[in-house]
Amino acid sequence: MAADSRDYDVAVIGGGNAALCAALTAREAGARVVVIESAPREFRGGNSRHTRNLRCAHGAPTSVLTDAYLEDEFLADLLRVNGNETDEPLARLVVERSAGCPDWMRGYGVRFQASLRGTLHLSRTNAFFLGGGKALMNSYYAAAERLGIDVLYDAEVVSLDIRDGLCRSIGVSTRRPGQAAGSSATESAPSAPVSIRAKAVVVASGGFEANLEWLEEAWGTAARNFIVRGTPYNRGTVLRMLLDAGADSIGDPRECHAVAIDARSPKFDGGIVTRLDSVPLGIAVNQLGERFYDEGEDFWPKRYAIWGKLVARQPEQIAFSIVDDKVRGRFMPSVFPPVEAGSIAELARMLELPVGALEATVARFNAAVQPGSFDHTALDDCRTDGLTPEKTHWAQRIDTPPFLGYPLRPGITFTYLGVRVDDRARVLTPGGAPFGNVFAAGEVMAGNILRKGYIAGIGMTIGTVFGRIAGEGAARHAVR
Amino acid sequence: MPSVDLTREGAHVMTVCNACRYCEQYCPVFPAMEQRLTFAAADLNYLANLCHNCGECLYACQYAPPHEFGINVPRTLAKIRVESYEEYAWPRPLSAAFRHHNLLTGLSLAAGLIVVMLGAALAANGALVRDAGEAADFYAVVPHDVMVGLFGGVSLFVITALAIGMRRCRQQFAGSLSVVPALGDALTLRHLHATGPDCVTAEETRTPWRRWFHHATFYGFMLCFASTTVAAIYHVLLGWPAPYGYGSLPVVLGTIGGVGLVVGPVGLWAQRTHRDPMLSDPSQEQLDRSFLALLLLTSVTGLALLVLRHQSLMGLLLIVHLGAVLALFLTLPYGKFVHGLYRTIALAKYRGET
Repeated sequence: MAADSRDYDVAVIGGGNAALCAALTAREAGARVVVIESAPREFRGGNSRHTRNLRCAHGAPTSVLTDAYLEDEFLADLLRVNGNETDEPLARLVVERSAGCPDWMRGYGVRFQASLRGTLHLSRTNAFFLGGGKALMNSYYAAAERLGIDVLYDAEVVSLDIRDGLCRSIGVSTRRPGQAAGSSATESAPSAPVSIRAKAVVVASGGFEANLEWLEEAWGTAARNFIVRGTPYNRGTVLRMLLDAGADSIGDPRECHAVAIDARSPKFDGGIVTRLDSVPLGIAVNQLGERFYDEGEDFWPKRYAIWGKLVARQPEQIAFSIVDDKVRGRFMPSVFPPVEAGSIAELARMLELPVGALEATVARFNAAVQPGSFDHTALDDCRTDGLTPEKTHWAQRIDTPPFLGYPLRPGITFTYLGVRVDDRARVLTPGGAPFGNVFAAGEVMAGNILRKGYIAGIGMTIGTVFGRIAGEGAARHAVR
Repeated sequence: MPSVDLTREGAHVMTVCNACRYCEQYCPVFPAMEQRLTFAAADLNYLANLCHNCGECLYACQYAPPHEFGINVPRTLAKIRVESYEEYAWPRPLSAAFRHHNLLTGLSLAAGLIVVMLGAALAANGALVRDAGEAADFYAVVPHDVMVGLFGGVSLFVITALAIGMRRCRQQFAGSLSVVPALGDALTLRHLHATGPDCVTAEETRTPWRRWFHHATFYGFMLCFASTTVAAIYHVLLGWPAPYGYGSLPVVLGTIGGVGLVVGPVGLWAQRTHRDPMLSDPSQEQLDRSFLALLLLTSVTGLALLVLRHQSLMGLLLIVHLGAVLALFLTLPYGKFVHGLYRTIALAKYRGET
């Protein structure tokens, strides 16, 4: 940046789906817009680059969605996983506005897959981006460029000047291009901060899931064993600034979308390929060689989102999925090869589990398996009887070598702690009064709607709906 | 087989892709991959030849460089593809041509053939002269029997080499083939997105040009081939010797085909220079250029011959044209041309297994 100070109508902090939806909406409303993205261009797009679909309501089959998914059912799904703790008016707003998202997105060059009968069984409820979230973000960034939105990459917000409920300027420091966050070895001194002045600010900078220190505040030392599935750039810096400036916080810092992923995954940015779908087809044991939860409770796409926290509660935050040769090829292939052994004892040694304990667990499990007809595509009648916990579906004896083991760790997708907003995406103070010109969208406010659980694709729906609301509100505030 | 390192790279890439599957609706490579759990060299060759290098999956990839997984499907498959060409090539010693074949060797071969033929023609009859030009009598320059013997012999060799290559490819791919629908896919360039948005030249830049220039090249080539076939029928079966009038079938076919063979290769060459270099294997640049240059040399000299066949230059031009055609033919089994054959077999296998 050449000048020390720049003036815009709307500054959008963040570079993912919610940020770009806000930026494009504000630009269409006539505002001069800047996007301040902390990642380098190659890693732009926040966690959206790892996503694949968004959930949307629809009354009839469309080219990208099968059947119908009515607003009431969508809302009921959302309320069920959140134990009715959600801010219902905001949840209802997301559900109502979700139906219009695909058409609006297409207007910016976003393409969808034809609806398919995929392994996730989601084509009734979720519209899939052709090529996934990075392709989606490429479309949005290309549209932003066409429309004359300024995009700053490698640009870290270092301060927010908020006084009397108004954000007056944003301090931004740029890293040298190509320098990765967290690679302290190559970190050179960032540039002196420049000041960006904007009449309205949209904060869409994500949660704090990549901030290991903050996670440790919430989870204690257990957080050290978490793997961050997404971008290393979501450090919650701007979320913290808003909270420090008096924004009302919402949500529990421990609550998050976390799944069980392969323990051998990279610490950051491993994305979708680190998932493991073998859990329902075998048993999962902790470091003591003991089972701890019903692996067959429901279909994996409906249950994977609770397993992150289940594993996080085990000693050393590690668990092991153990299956036998019978089910090989019945689950999505993993990017890491399984540990294979000819006997349970050998497998235990290879996984560094207590041999006797694992052998006893498997023997007890095998003895408790009831006769049934195995069908991994249905909630079948294969169950155990007499175990704690029981396995209620897909229970087959683990008796056919080679035995396969996969190590599991909690893989955190995003945190739910955020800032409270109203239905115009304005950031609220504890008294309920809104900030004058500060709006929020995406993960940073998803906690208004997501308190505990997760349903696939809801993060992108919240980001798109609230991104558009925030962009519209910010533009109206700025150019009125 | 692809080299050990390349097989390892290919297996790594496909293992990541198979655990991700976000690209599954771009093209057949991904659905074909999903039918497999492991990726041995033969699987990789199949997937590599199925890839049309449309490029979409590179930009969509969350694991593309500089991500630590470093996934670049178009480039990895391009590298595997050229090694598969070497593997199928007959006779084996000539497979090295895929590594050394470049613009210079392609054009040198043409130049060498031209010089030899020129020498032979001059020595035989010294007839690169005005009389031949005025009558547009090609056979006064190169006697018909010599032309038939030379091109017949070369064609026989080339067809044998290509047929053996195709058989080796087919044997390795195994399984059932569904040829008719695959021919439709190949002839329409269906997977270069003939049925949907166009393929990419750079991030978020989609144009139809690559597909259209390829069509001009391929159909131009086929029309020229048809022209020669019709001319041969005229000559041998009907006893009508060349030259033929401007309105005659061989000339009309050859002219339209020749124009296609100018527009197509020039367009493809230009496309290459505009295309993101990340999408291809830089070491194959020369292989492609040689093929395009020989196609262009053939079409330009052929068209020039048509226009100037009554001029004194005709004799010289004819020899240059024949030299170019001969060089093009000789390099067919050892250059870019083979992609069409192996890709069609891959498409037939894909149609057969889905």
